Amino acid sequence: MDFDFYLSTMWSVLKALPLTLEIWFFGIAFGLVIATGLTWLRASGHKFGEYFTRAYVFVFRGSPLLVQLYLIYFGLSQFDFVRHSPILWPILRDPMYCTIVAMALNTAAYESEIFRGALRAVPVGQIEAAKAFGMSAFTRFRLVTLPIALRLALPAYSTEIILMTKATALASVVTIMEMMGTAQKIQHDTFRPIEVLTCAGVIYLLLNLSIARLFAWVEYRLSPHLRPPPEQGQQVKLVPEVL
Amino acid sequence: MEFLSDLKDQVSTAYELLAAGWGVQLLWGIGWTLAVTVVSMLIGAVLGSLVAAAKLSYRGGLRFIGESYTTVFRGEPELLIIYLFYYGGTQVLTGVARSTGSIGSTDILNMPSFLGGVLAVGIISGAYQAEVFRGSFLAIHRGELEAARAYGMSAWLRFRLVIMPQVLRLAVPGLGNVWQLTIKDSALISVTGVAELMLTANKAARSTHHSLLFYTVAGILYLVMTSISTPIFEKAERYTSRSFTRPK
Repeated sequence: MDFDFYLSTMWSVLKALPLTLEIWFFGIAFGLVIATGLTWLRASGHKFGEYFTRAYVFVFRGSPLLVQLYLIYFGLSQFDFVRHSPILWPILRDPMYCTIVAMALNTAAYESEIFRGALRAVPVGQIEAAKAFGMSAFTRFRLVTLPIALRLALPAYSTEIILMTKATALASVVTIMEMMGTAQKIQHDTFRPIEVLTCAGVIYLLLNLSIARLFAWVEYRLSPHLRPPPEQGQQVKLVPEVL
Repeated sequence: MEFLSDLKDQVSTAYELLAAGWGVQLLWGIGWTLAVTVVSMLIGAVLGSLVAAAKLSYRGGLRFIGESYTTVFRGEPELLIIYLFYYGGTQVLTGVARSTGSIGSTDILNMPSFLGGVLAVGIISGAYQAEVFRGSFLAIHRGELEAARAYGMSAWLRFRLVIMPQVLRLAVPGLGNVWQLTIKDSALISVTGVAELMLTANKAARSTHHSLLFYTVAGILYLVMTSISTPIFEKAERYTSRSFTRPK
């Protein structure tokens, strides 16, 4: 066992963690914005909105993210108007931005379906009660529909976020030196792929496990009403078991 | 307008390029993609059922192994697993071959790219299939298992007559999802040099400089593959649950 090698590899891969997190964060953030738009379009009840979102979800869920990434990075520059555009070109010639765009568009398709399901799962009785109270549409959404839907969407959303962490590794195929790209480079230099990839794998796994824990904790905090009541005389646990 | 004339040019060159041989290449690519997906699904089915059994076992050690398997292979980036099997396989094979002297001390024995890719995707697929099988098993009515036991059926007979037919029926929708995932994962093994659809599209894009065209065609072909499998799995679901449909 060559501990120095493991340590130095671990350290080099860890130094690329901020870049991975940057891709991850912006991919998720923009994805969330697009997904919100899509969900709104779908829920608005317009025929056009429904067809558009259906087509969007079909295309982005039905094809591999790698194809979408290549299409955005290599494909779109084929258009002259893209290359001459002062706004599009600086984004689409940069592999980093392209990865973020591809990830955001891709995750938005999955997330919009999650949100749609969550909105539909809000009990009708709650909405009727809110209407009976004379709440305006906005208040109803803000105080009743949204909080319930968000809580219902959380488990599926956390799965999607973990899929996104895994997807950041694809940035390495378009030359970004994030964790996977760095691991690839070390592996080619040393020809010790098993050791190097194991180091990277440990970091990815720890990252995903902590994300999963974090979401489990948020879910626990947001659903106190679903927990069994404490037995008579039992101490109420202040720290949830999920942590 | 500039956009439209651009598009028109693209369409007219598209036909020429596809007719000039790239079309046939892409069809071969589809064939390889389907081959990779089917073989990976089969590997995944074997591993998945074993892992599901381990996760449901009453032995703590086996449960731990099963849990670790599904956590690791669902939590790691697919690309990392594929590299691990392809390059790691090369590392192991080279090491073994060098020490037995069947190749020179500076030669490299490469992992066959199809084998490496299929193993990696199969193992990932197995982790997802394990969860599907486990869920289906848990959905079997407890009373049926108890009844089978009360009849004095052996473990094997219970598995063959009670558990397996029902797990297969309940697992069909979940397996449809895993199949779609596996088709999409198969695109990643293009990095190891298996001439499936993604790599063929890559080659075509690089050598003709028409990346937009070939990646769009590849994307459409993936959409065709994933959307054709939906009605097939729906049909399978109807077939396997035909005795459970409500009378009209």
